[in-house]
Amino acid sequence: MSETLTLGKALNLGLRRAMEDDSKVILMGEDIGKLGGVFRITDGLQKDFGDERVIDTPLAESGIVGTAVGLALRGYRPVIEIQFDGFVYPAYDQIVCQVAKMHYRSRGKVKLPIVIRIPFGGGIGAVEHHSESPEAYFAHTAGLKVVACSNPSDAYWMIQQAIASDDPIVFFEPKRRYWEKGEVDTSGSLESAFPLHSSKVLTSGTDATVLAYGPMVRVALDAATAAAEDGRKLEVIDLRTLSPLDMGAVFDSVRKTGRAIVVHEAPHNLGMGAELAARITEECFYSLEAPVLRVAGYDIPYPAARAEEEYLPDLDRVLDAVDRSFGW
Amino acid sequence: MTRASSKRAAAAQAAEPDFVQLLTPDGQRVTHPEYSVDFSDEELRGLYRDLVTVRKLDAEATALQRQGELGIWASLLGQEAAQVGSGRALREQDMAFPTYREHGVLYCRGIDPIMPLGLFRGVDQGGWDPIANKFGIYTIVIGAQTLHATGYAMGVAKDGKVGGDEGESVIAYFGDGATSQGDVNEAFIFASVYNAPIVFFCQNNQYAISEPLTRQTRVPLYQRASGFGFPGIRVDGNDVLATFAVTRAALDNARHGNGPTLIEAYTYRMGAHTTSDDPTRYRVASEVEEWQAKDPILRLRKYLESTGLIDEAFVTEVDAYAREEAVKLRERVLTLPDPEPGEMFKHVYPNGSPEVDQQAAEFAAYHASFEGAHS
Ligand SMILES: Cc1ncc(C[n+]2csc(CCOP(=O)(O)OP(=O)(O)O)c2C)c(N)n1
Repeated sequence: MSETLTLGKALNLGLRRAMEDDSKVILMGEDIGKLGGVFRITDGLQKDFGDERVIDTPLAESGIVGTAVGLALRGYRPVIEIQFDGFVYPAYDQIVCQVAKMHYRSRGKVKLPIVIRIPFGGGIGAVEHHSESPEAYFAHTAGLKVVACSNPSDAYWMIQQAIASDDPIVFFEPKRRYWEKGEVDTSGSLESAFPLHSSKVLTSGTDATVLAYGPMVRVALDAATAAAEDGRKLEVIDLRTLSPLDMGAVFDSVRKTGRAIVVHEAPHNLGMGAELAARITEECFYSLEAPVLRVAGYDIPYPAARAEEEYLPDLDRVLDAVDRSFGW
Repeated sequence: MTRASSKRAAAAQAAEPDFVQLLTPDGQRVTHPEYSVDFSDEELRGLYRDLVTVRKLDAEATALQRQGELGIWASLLGQEAAQVGSGRALREQDMAFPTYREHGVLYCRGIDPIMPLGLFRGVDQGGWDPIANKFGIYTIVIGAQTLHATGYAMGVAKDGKVGGDEGESVIAYFGDGATSQGDVNEAFIFASVYNAPIVFFCQNNQYAISEPLTRQTRVPLYQRASGFGFPGIRVDGNDVLATFAVTRAALDNARHGNGPTLIEAYTYRMGAHTTSDDPTRYRVASEVEEWQAKDPILRLRKYLESTGLIDEAFVTEVDAYAREEAVKLRERVLTLPDPEPGEMFKHVYPNGSPEVDQQAAEFAAYHASFEGAHS
């Protein structure tokens, strides 16, 4: 069955289905009960599943993640909502030292099937700490898997796949895309869905490869449309999985196009673009017509809302990078 | 928590709170064995003017947000007495560390109310000098400022600025929700261990966004202090006189070298959490109405009218004054300049960074290339 859903609603339905499928799935977070979360992603779930399964927690992120570890040890599958990207840091110690490492420390005896949902990125005119892109901190940490959805269909399937996975997963949601609509085919099984840790080619092209994830996928697609008017065919790849990276489609694409541009909102320095550029250079060196270019946030704290347009990568900056690649 | 014990906890919370009160909701002056105030008539009228003005400025900011002139606003509606009472209790040398809602405290410090509006308009992130203003930068990350306040107070003690009337005190503001954060609990521990000259001022407005107090605690919040080794006290946060008396005593205690106090100002958030919030999803109108009857301004007005300290003319004059202040604020908000192009690259490091400089230069060149394209 295919429905038109917003990305937020698709997540809501995905969470609902995961809760129906497995009674051990529980949701934890601040204001996720009656309020349904500040973005309403858990809307109606406490009403239908009760407050033993949709848990409004005390206001303490370290507490949420730390108790999720214990609940997971006890056989539950906690799905945590961090209210905004900038508020995950009180939980950073628990995520990096405990969630990421317990499987390793127990020599495989312990599994922590925890999903940590984080609405991320800017573009909503918010005050400070509400627009950050902290994905690299987590992708840098062995023992965590990191994914980012970009559209309603992926949101619906990826959240269920993440919950079903025994790996701890940090699940990034592009908050400014919560209200964007798309077709979601909700029939079919998780097993037959496109695999979670796979990147996906969205538009095929021969002239340059554009790599994006989360909120920047829409920008990359718009850039492909605009570039097509200038006669340039961009191949847009939605990475979807940031750790582990799925480089197969990326290498194939770059070998074909000879040019790669990585787009993310997070700052340049040691961002996902750095890793992608290194890997592409290592694997596709002789195919490259130009260095791998990055279009990213600047290496500054996320600025005040009225400067965020200057900060965020947009269509023009992506097209400018395409020009620079061709001008090499 | 078992179901039975969670019920018990809820019942404990629902019981009429035991707190210091000097002015009842219907405007009666009552006495307390330990706390009193000796305000002059002029000072009492001043408190009334403060309360009315901060409420009016707050309403103006809410209106500005509705009209798209602010990105968001965190209203203090209902918490005026908690903020004016504690704000006026500060002595000039004292230092305050606010959350994002302490507009009333800011006002009582004599600070221009325009100061925090750039943050809410989205043109800056505060930008003021916390030391020069004796008022910290607004802190959105819940609880973080309580540690900063504690460290500042530790510095005051190291500098030998405690032990007499001229001693310095520090006040840290935070909400009921914040009491769950590790940072706040760690602040209590550091303050206690180092006997820091600090007052922890918790405005218990009953909600952390949608979550009622029972999500954060089974015991009254002020009782937490005893476990950390310092006194805790609950005050009627809608009573400006009691809030002043209790805060002044705690601040003076700290400045004399007697260490921290936790004050729980029992109050109510009459409005939404912020302008982005919809409280009808999680609380009932009857609860709000109940608190309406405990309004902090109305009770002071009743008291002052009944004692003949103010009359209709005074009330009208104060309303006009507040309205005028609000109009001035509005006009100035509308003229707050947007950030200059490239301003975001400034102040990342005191010593600068060649990387940031390079990006700023590239940014400038990139934008100049568009200007070239237009001409
Ligand atoms: C570390 C952190 N987590 C979550 C948030 C999101 N948030 C903003 S205000 C708030 C509730 C705060 O409640 P309380 O401490 O009672 O203060 P109040 O806003 O009621 O004055 C939450 C959860 C945040 N700002 N910081």
